[in-house]
Amino acid sequence: MWADPISYKPRMSDAGQTPDTIVSFDNVGLRYGTDTEVLRDLSFTLFPGSFYFLTGASGAGKTSLLKLLYLAQRPSRGVVKMFDRDMITMPRSDLPAFRRRIGVVFQDFRLVEHMNAFDNVALPLRVAGVREADLKQPVTEMLSWVGLAHRIEAFPTTLSGGEQQRVAIARAVIGRPDILVADEPTGNVDPEMALKLMRMFEALNRLGTTVVVATHDVQLLKKVPESLIMRLDKGKLSDPTGALKYPPRNERRSEKRPQKAAPKPRTKAAAPQDADDEPIDLGPGFKPRKPFGRGKP
Amino acid sequence: MSRSPFGGQKLAQDLAQFSGKRAASLIPNARISGPIPWVIAIMIALTIMAAAGAMAHSNLASKASADLSGAVTVQVVEADLDARRQKATAAVAMLENDAAVANVRQVPQDELNALLEPWLGSSVGSGDVGETVPIPALIDVELEEAATPEQIIRLQAMLDAKMQGLRVDAQSSWLQPVYSALTSLQYLALVLIVLLAITSAAAVWLAARSAFSAHSETIEVVHHLGGTDEQIARIFQRTVAKDAAMGGGIGLLMGVTGILLIGNQFAALDSGMVDGGGLSWFSWIVILCIPLMGIGLAVLTARSTVMRALKRLL
Repeated sequence: MWADPISYKPRMSDAGQTPDTIVSFDNVGLRYGTDTEVLRDLSFTLFPGSFYFLTGASGAGKTSLLKLLYLAQRPSRGVVKMFDRDMITMPRSDLPAFRRRIGVVFQDFRLVEHMNAFDNVALPLRVAGVREADLKQPVTEMLSWVGLAHRIEAFPTTLSGGEQQRVAIARAVIGRPDILVADEPTGNVDPEMALKLMRMFEALNRLGTTVVVATHDVQLLKKVPESLIMRLDKGKLSDPTGALKYPPRNERRSEKRPQKAAPKPRTKAAAPQDADDEPIDLGPGFKPRKPFGRGKP
Repeated sequence: MSRSPFGGQKLAQDLAQFSGKRAASLIPNARISGPIPWVIAIMIALTIMAAAGAMAHSNLASKASADLSGAVTVQVVEADLDARRQKATAAVAMLENDAAVANVRQVPQDELNALLEPWLGSSVGSGDVGETVPIPALIDVELEEAATPEQIIRLQAMLDAKMQGLRVDAQSSWLQPVYSALTSLQYLALVLIVLLAITSAAAVWLAARSAFSAHSETIEVVHHLGGTDEQIARIFQRTVAKDAAMGGGIGLLMGVTGILLIGNQFAALDSGMVDGGGLSWFSWIVILCIPLMGIGLAVLTARSTVMRALKRLL
């Protein structure tokens, strides 16, 4: 039974089906070694195409929760389902294929220092087995999209914090992940750049990518009004918007943001931008494309 | 922010292996300036020399054993010269009629004199030493098959039935202590090879662990990007294989040079026994295979080290 300590029951669609979910946590706890649990009794569901902010004070467990989301850690207890598969019982050898469906922006960027911007961004494609001959165009376009076309040969040590962050974002999204997980992505950039980064995440979200951004910057939450907020407090999750307890129905989300409502957003065309968004040139070719490397290596 | 990258041409989806130069570049290393190629070179050189020594001893023992396996010496121990000559002639006649004997030859007195010259001086050749010094007459016998103890006993009994004072010995029995020493040396060389292999593997293990630690952050990134253990291990394997190939090449050169130098030194001894200790073409093939086996061992060690370390990551 998919129980929830805060009495969450999945909302049924009109057809009587369980809403499509991309991530489900049920009574999840995490402890490191023999210490007390850093995450306790987490039960929530993430929906495809939604935008989530994960907030909480330092030490609340945001990074630990993100680690569970990007499959860097198994929980100490509970059940984690992603892409309709149980991640707890899944053989270790099957995990890489799922990791390729998850883009990660690390707080400290984690760019490979001896590789230039091009090679860093190309890394996920190379891991996924894309041929060298087919790398140049998408990587160049991606770097151009994040405004770093002129820094394609630059090494991370010669890039500013904001530039490094954008390279990290480009690397996280070039494989067209189903989920993008970002840990304090604006922590090292000025407010103007922070806004630009948020616009980039929004643009990706419009394509159907589920975005989870961990931040303690309250101002940032206002930049994405339609976002859902998950708040962690001493390892426990609260639900200030009620979105986790009473998730928006697909139909309702479809009315507001039709591009997010699709159960399988990869196969649907992107919707037009919201009128009040800061304009971002998504380009004529900004449409879903089959993601890379979904098979086993 | 400019045009979206998502409208580019459809990319190939074939899952080529994440390998080659680009994969190897994840772990930059100093190659020749690092210790591993040199450690492997020294280990390969020592292994080659130990293996060459073992094979040379083996060849030596085999050749000597083959030469002497059917050889028997009959000594006619008789103080009286005439009686000694008569007994020797009679013994040769008896042995020639024996079905188990392939060839019989009484060692001429000149040969005996030459054999004794180092001990009795050059005057030995000037006259019949046997007349003044009671040296046994020698008969070389070559049997159709190996000179087994049973054969020796049978021949001894056959000769004893007709005359006294004859002693039959298998020539190989004289060299038994030498064979034992050669066998011990071969075992010693084998032990050395095993120890060198273990030391090489340990060196590679340490180097792989060190490289894994040094590049743990990069490895974690590749891991989080969906890189498999196989892919990551292959990066290390490739790097170690290159180092080992370089070390193996240098080691082969050093080892072969050592063998040739030592071989020339032994050849200068001009000893019949040492002549049998040369390396056959098969021995040279084995020697050429040693660097390849070293590379294989290094790659397997690196792979197992990295795979074990990766298991600690989820």
